[in-house]
Amino acid sequence: MPIQSVNDFVIRFANVNGSGSASANLLFARSILRMGVPIAPRNIFPSNIQGLPTWYEVRVSGDGHLGARGGADFVVAMNPQTFANDVKAIEPGGYLFYDSSRYVPPAQLRDDIVVLGMPLTEICTKEYRDARQRQLFKNIVYVGALAALLDIEIATVEKLIGDQFKGKEKLIQPNLRALRLGYEDAKQRFSCPIGLRVKRSDAVGDRILTDGNFAAALGAVYGGATVCAWYPITPSTSLAEAFEKNCARLRVDRETGEKRYAIVQAEDEIAAIGVVVGAGWNGARAFTATSGPGISLMQEFLGLAYFAEIPAVIFDVQRGGPSTGMPTRTQQSDVISAAFASHGDTKHVLLFPEDPGEAFEFGALAFDLADRLQTPIFVMLDLDIGMNSHLSAPFRWDDSRKYDRGKVMSFDDLESGKDFGRYLDVDGDGVPYRTIPGTHPTRGAFFTRGTSRDRYAKYTEEGGPYVENMDRLARKFDTARKLVPRPALRKAAKPTRIGVIHYGSTAPAMEEAAELLAAEGVHIDALRLRAFPFGAEVGEFIAAHEQVFVVEQNRDAQMRTLLIADLGVDPAQLVAILHYDGTPITARFIRREIADRSRGFAAPLTKETVS
Amino acid sequence: MSFLPKPKFHHPALAVNALGFTHRDYEGAISTLCAGCGHDSISAAIIHACYELSLPPHRIAKLSGIGCSSKTPTYMLGQSHGFNSVHGRMPSVLTGANLANRDLIYLGVSGDGDTASIGLGQFAHAMRRGVNMVYIVENNGVYGLTKGQFSATSDRGSKSKKGVENLDSPIDLVALAVQLGATFAARSFSGDKAQLVPLIKAAFEHRGAAFIDVISPCVAFNNHDGSTKSFDYVREHNVALNALDFITGRSPIEIDYPEGAAERVALHDGSTITLRKLADDHDWRDRAAALAALEKHRAEGEIVTGLIYLNDEPVDLHARLNTAKKPLNEMGEAELCPGAKALAAINASLR
Repeated sequence: MPIQSVNDFVIRFANVNGSGSASANLLFARSILRMGVPIAPRNIFPSNIQGLPTWYEVRVSGDGHLGARGGADFVVAMNPQTFANDVKAIEPGGYLFYDSSRYVPPAQLRDDIVVLGMPLTEICTKEYRDARQRQLFKNIVYVGALAALLDIEIATVEKLIGDQFKGKEKLIQPNLRALRLGYEDAKQRFSCPIGLRVKRSDAVGDRILTDGNFAAALGAVYGGATVCAWYPITPSTSLAEAFEKNCARLRVDRETGEKRYAIVQAEDEIAAIGVVVGAGWNGARAFTATSGPGISLMQEFLGLAYFAEIPAVIFDVQRGGPSTGMPTRTQQSDVISAAFASHGDTKHVLLFPEDPGEAFEFGALAFDLADRLQTPIFVMLDLDIGMNSHLSAPFRWDDSRKYDRGKVMSFDDLESGKDFGRYLDVDGDGVPYRTIPGTHPTRGAFFTRGTSRDRYAKYTEEGGPYVENMDRLARKFDTARKLVPRPALRKAAKPTRIGVIHYGSTAPAMEEAAELLAAEGVHIDALRLRAFPFGAEVGEFIAAHEQVFVVEQNRDAQMRTLLIADLGVDPAQLVAILHYDGTPITARFIRREIADRSRGFAAPLTKETVS
Repeated sequence: MSFLPKPKFHHPALAVNALGFTHRDYEGAISTLCAGCGHDSISAAIIHACYELSLPPHRIAKLSGIGCSSKTPTYMLGQSHGFNSVHGRMPSVLTGANLANRDLIYLGVSGDGDTASIGLGQFAHAMRRGVNMVYIVENNGVYGLTKGQFSATSDRGSKSKKGVENLDSPIDLVALAVQLGATFAARSFSGDKAQLVPLIKAAFEHRGAAFIDVISPCVAFNNHDGSTKSFDYVREHNVALNALDFITGRSPIEIDYPEGAAERVALHDGSTITLRKLADDHDWRDRAAALAALEKHRAEGEIVTGLIYLNDEPVDLHARLNTAKKPLNEMGEAELCPGAKALAAINASLR
């Protein structure tokens, strides 16, 4: 029996990298969005420019489940190289759409799925002369066919093509024609629509579809970043590029053409963080964007910035490690290397956005925190958040918001004779005052160094001042605890002994898993961490639950380690649930793991029923 | 090591410069380097150059890496902000500082280990980018702080204090700087104040990447007979290409060189440098000639000093990036934040 489902299915496109499929697939996804139906698109791509297999997956979810689901109900198999596996991946009762210009022996197909063959290559060969056009329009032709098969409003797709090519009007007509070609052919060839359908809805609201790297970069623009130094590395490259693109649009003086920003593509990640440290020292808001290998290279500078107390922002778009690892796959495996970056006793502030909306918010907030705390702030994205498009709350900005530049002594402060000790804890919060070079002709100059010094920045190797300084830095870290974003609590419908702690891109899958489990009678309270160091409520949450699962996307349960180290929690209380194959974590996976491991608990798992 | 405060009082009749500062106002803490270290002479030359140029001390930012040479910013310009960063990475930190505020004067102090070994990459890219700075390498051909290992500028065949012979080719930092796009490249000797001070002054007035390699004998580890960077060796093998006199636009100094033997150069900012060529065949405007001169004298076992290459119309990093005239670190919300209205338009484009 073919799957019947309206606004709830997963469609996967299997393409060849570099074949121009990406823009056609995005057109398909956005058409559904324009019909008011929530979608969660994801790219699964190789570390390659052209020729290797690449997949694009769109989860259509009228209920708004935006995490990866797992499995595929409909596969568009455009890559002969991966055909066999793509066919295998289809759920029983699912659908296969493929290019039937090439003969496929029936043995390679399945009899428990619906097979939809369309001679795409033949159609395009007949229609177009140019080889490049044949290839590119083949993608648009299948989008047209899918519109017919899935009951997507063709007028909506047509309007989107018009919007997409605004300013390049010459491209509109040929694209519309290719779309129609596929649409009409499918209508004749198949019985349209099939069991999977898209029905107009109003479940999208004012949400936007964007990727986390774009959002974080835009956050940096709004947060007042002026200096960006970076070295190209997947999956963070598009963050620096988005900063450049947004600055070119928003930060160039209309009359003079002068730029209110400076971007340096450095010779390596070490130089990139060096530029950021130099700019931060000199009073500009500066950042770098990188991934795990870059964090490894930056360790020494991060220790300097911690010890010399220099504001800096690092966007870490995490990928699969260790070493070169899986450059185009997602993981949350830099948590510990970022939290304790560098030799000696160091601790850093980390922010964990869940989606592009929060990537924008934290992208701007990180600069206030860096200035306020005079220390590096890490914004921990991952490939899934950074490079995939997510349906997200629209970006918001309050025009009355002022940048918090932290404790900076002005010319007037110095002139009035205020005591200036660079490492003097005046306010008891561990955060000292600083001066920006060039402020006052005779006062406020000091020497910044990575070596030990006293409260007035004078070099010393004496134990007393060293310990005093290190203790003040620890005090400052406790101040950070109070300033960083609070965790988000999602309480179960019923009181429960089971808690779950998660963070970052796990959020949508976790939310859906909690719903699935609740339907089965397993109720869980979920706490989404948004920053390190942890506030008091994290410890309280753990104490209030008998068993706490820590769900994360790495092998070694890094956040669990951090919780134990930072809060002194009994390790037996924290059960690790780990997903680390490089694909985004799914609701199905979390549901299964939690269901399996909570069997020891008598149902219904509530405190009241514990005997 | 202890911190030694220097008394602040001075003779009331001490001479002052155009800003009313005395020489003492440009000094720093008392040096803790070995007595007689060439680096202290270089610090003295820097102090003297800044005093004579009447540079406002608080508008100078002095940055360094790690090593004996990188300690010296503590011993000069006590009223300037300083930054002793990490080993070999001064150029990137200085580049960032420069991007944040284009109006300060940037002095980078480094050594041969800091620049030619661990920091060779950053040195190269700072030169390439044309960062507006004075980059001084205090070059003693040896690792001093770790007690006498060879550096990458040690000459092949030179011997360490322990008698070990260096078998690797040396790096000529001036030649590299010229190849990489430095618009001011010079070499001098720590003991030759008459040549060094004017070179530093000219470098400060240059609005691009100015590089000076200063041979600076290490009294502890590299001043013995086997070394090619000892006082005696350098004195015997020094070939000065030119002597340099320097005149600022603000306070012209009479030149006492005879006409014909001197060549005056108008600098971009209106100041003037005057060169007297000792080797009259050297044309410092010609990159190829600069490299050829370095190679020719190297082959003859001689050290070329003086201004070796100058392009007086440098296009510095800010000019290349077309950054605003107002320093980036002085900008606030009004200049930097595009506001809610622009954001609404961006949101609309993402639906």
